Amino acid sequence: MSVSQHDWSLHRKGQIDQERHKEKIREAIKKNLQEIVSEESIILSDGKKTVRVPIRSLEEYRFRYDPGRQSHAGQGDGKSRVGDVIAQEPRAGRGKKGEAGKDPGYDYYEAEISMEELSELIFEDLELPNLEQKRQQELQTDAVRFTDIRKHGPLTNLDKKRTILENMKRNAAKGEPRFKDIKNEDLRFKVWEPTIRYESNAVVIAMMDVSGSMGEFEKYIARSFYFWMVRFLRTKYNNVHIVFISHHTEAKEVTEEEFFHKGESGGTQVSSAYELALQIIKERFNPHDWNIYPFHFSDGDNLPWDNDRCVQLVQQLIELCNIFGYGEIREGHYRSPSTLMSAYSRITDKKFVAVTISDKKEVYPALRKFFARRGDAVPAGR
Amino acid sequence: MADSDLERLRDRIGYAWEIAREFGLDPFPTHFELVPATIMYEFASYSLPGRFSHWTHGKAYYRQKMLYDLGLSKIYEMVVNTNPSYAFLMEMNDLLQNTFVAAHVFGHTDFFKNNVYFQHTSRRMIERASLNAERIAKYEFDHGKLEVEHFLDSVLSVQEHVDYHLFLKGEDDEEGGEQLWRGEESRTRPSTEYDDLWALDREAKERRAEEERERRRGRPPKFPDKPQKDLLLFLIRHSPILEPWQRDVIEIVRQEFLYFVPQMQTKVMNEGWASLWHSRIMREMADRGMISDAETVEFARMHASVLSPSRTSLNPYFLGYKIFEDIERRWDHPTREEQERLGRKPGMGRQKIFEVRELDNDVSFLRNYLTKELVEELDLYLYKKEGDEWVIVEKNWEKVRDGIVTSMTNFGFPYIVVDDGDYRGNRELYLRHLHEGQDLDLVYAERTLQYVYQLWGRPVHLETVYDGKRILLSYDGERSSKTTLER
Repeated sequence: MSVSQHDWSLHRKGQIDQERHKEKIREAIKKNLQEIVSEESIILSDGKKTVRVPIRSLEEYRFRYDPGRQSHAGQGDGKSRVGDVIAQEPRAGRGKKGEAGKDPGYDYYEAEISMEELSELIFEDLELPNLEQKRQQELQTDAVRFTDIRKHGPLTNLDKKRTILENMKRNAAKGEPRFKDIKNEDLRFKVWEPTIRYESNAVVIAMMDVSGSMGEFEKYIARSFYFWMVRFLRTKYNNVHIVFISHHTEAKEVTEEEFFHKGESGGTQVSSAYELALQIIKERFNPHDWNIYPFHFSDGDNLPWDNDRCVQLVQQLIELCNIFGYGEIREGHYRSPSTLMSAYSRITDKKFVAVTISDKKEVYPALRKFFARRGDAVPAGR
Repeated sequence: MADSDLERLRDRIGYAWEIAREFGLDPFPTHFELVPATIMYEFASYSLPGRFSHWTHGKAYYRQKMLYDLGLSKIYEMVVNTNPSYAFLMEMNDLLQNTFVAAHVFGHTDFFKNNVYFQHTSRRMIERASLNAERIAKYEFDHGKLEVEHFLDSVLSVQEHVDYHLFLKGEDDEEGGEQLWRGEESRTRPSTEYDDLWALDREAKERRAEEERERRRGRPPKFPDKPQKDLLLFLIRHSPILEPWQRDVIEIVRQEFLYFVPQMQTKVMNEGWASLWHSRIMREMADRGMISDAETVEFARMHASVLSPSRTSLNPYFLGYKIFEDIERRWDHPTREEQERLGRKPGMGRQKIFEVRELDNDVSFLRNYLTKELVEELDLYLYKKEGDEWVIVEKNWEKVRDGIVTSMTNFGFPYIVVDDGDYRGNRELYLRHLHEGQDLDLVYAERTLQYVYQLWGRPVHLETVYDGKRILLSYDGERSSKTTLER
């Protein structure tokens, strides 16, 4: 019989294997970005710091009984009766899930990850395309960085290691190489400079169709796209302006809150949005000073006699902008020939980028198509 | 823990040991080690200190730690079945908690030493596990970390498909196992007057073999000649694609799993036995004034929390504890009927529970001693998923008992055998699930088959029953398929 106690502070096995597990989660997430980007629980996670991400590859598969078909044993408080409900399946606030029927019985492993980490994975190689140097340069990217060592400075920034070294050097010069009798002349301070990387100004004009023809699915897709776009811009650029425009037959500039949460209805006249965008550019964002990125998401159902007008307006916008992104959302793969997309097929300018989304999984490829780093291969179609 | 406290803990553990011995317990000498929480959670998630590295262990560790950090679960103790036994106590637990845990540990180490199902476990498992970990680390060095990791992913997916009966009979060694699947004739048995009975067995077997040969005339003999439960052993011996290091990794996983089997087979008994004795040892210490009144109250609170029942699972501590107490009571005070019919004499309770702890495992323990009165007193039930709800479906005591016993058969895993190692004469592997009323999770089964393919290298099949139909799941390296078989 003996009792002992040792120092375990250097024992790291658990942490090391945990790291490997984390790494595997990151790999799995990267592989599943297409699904994750359109995951409702993340889009609706409003401001939460960590989100739960469903991934498939981290299950430990084995031959096991179907838990839903098996009976289990439990213990009551003495009054239990046949028919008593003892637990309910957690019904996460998923609402209607478009894909629910697709993989019956598929078990997802849910990993927890911080929103920041997730954004980093998604935006790893995305950027604002065709960014140009403009006259007025004010994009401050990086924050404070310590760059220099000086003899004077605030005590909070004392560089202890260097101070001790200086002290020892001085003592060594006197033949006694050790740390003692610290004097003012030994003190060293870290000094920083704000490193401002000037970049071009940029404004993104996010336009979204909120007319009656936009169904749940279409609205959801448009919002998920914009959700990530806004996140992307805010993560990567400190100073991008975003203008939100919702339209049906009329267009109006709205707040971010309204843009993401307010539903509208009515007919569609897309030109109204483009006109408003042009007006806003004219009033507030001079193309000489600003990189301008208009994006528009719609189901493509427009008043037929408005299409020509739209093409003209898009061409005007392209003149002023770095790129113009158009996303058409169509549930299922049918394509009606009368949509905006077919009208836009006449536009040949390289600055015009269009995507069609007919499945949740295509949101991520759309992001990549609009924001892929130039020179990167753009994944074709989906 | 401060030195003075450590000294006091030593004294108390010494008393607890003496009292345990006075009660008739016969534990292995036990070494106690105080460790910080992180180490405790690491050992618990690896099941043994020093075990090989793998991300699944990291995942378990992360989960344990989260539960702990969130205050949802707390491990008091971890004890390893070795001689001498090693018990780990939580550094930050106070003197009373650790005394209580030590008393509990003596119940476990007595059980390890005396229960018949543990007789063949290696009592030097910590060293073996460390050596195994070193070998695996060496393979990682030689063949690359990822290669070894992926291989382990496959092996661990089928790690429970071993035959613990081979192990119990001591036929785990290379030759014994070989004999077993070649036929048992050559094994020597002590001679008794009933030996002629074996001849019947042998004749029947020869007759069957003869018929089999007749039926399969002109075709190669069946391989293996009878179904084998030990999938891992079968893979080690007969997989067409594995390299020596890979066979060794399978052997490591198999050996470690077999070591854990008795613990899985006796969870309820082992925890019940330890709980019974921790409560008696602590009560005795209180009676002798070794712990204060205030501490006794605190102990009662801890005891109640460890033994608290759950609506959705069985608490093995509580269930085992109640059954042991009940056995002791029934053998101390047998009814007149029991005295007359079974010749049971009063006052034999203590002797009886020691006998049970020696000879039973959970399946026989529950089958024999979970009585109608206990099922009703404990309000046990079976529940099932109906739609989105989990609903109580059974309260009849026999059905509840049988349901619990069934869920423990093959320690809760589906029973799968290797039926054919040369299926379609094409060296394909044919596994069969011996269906006993519970259907498999098909998604999981499909994915697991893909792992088995990694280990066999040729098409693999699994026969099972789903919704009352015989079906065959297959994976040929590229595609999974499912076919319905004739009845």
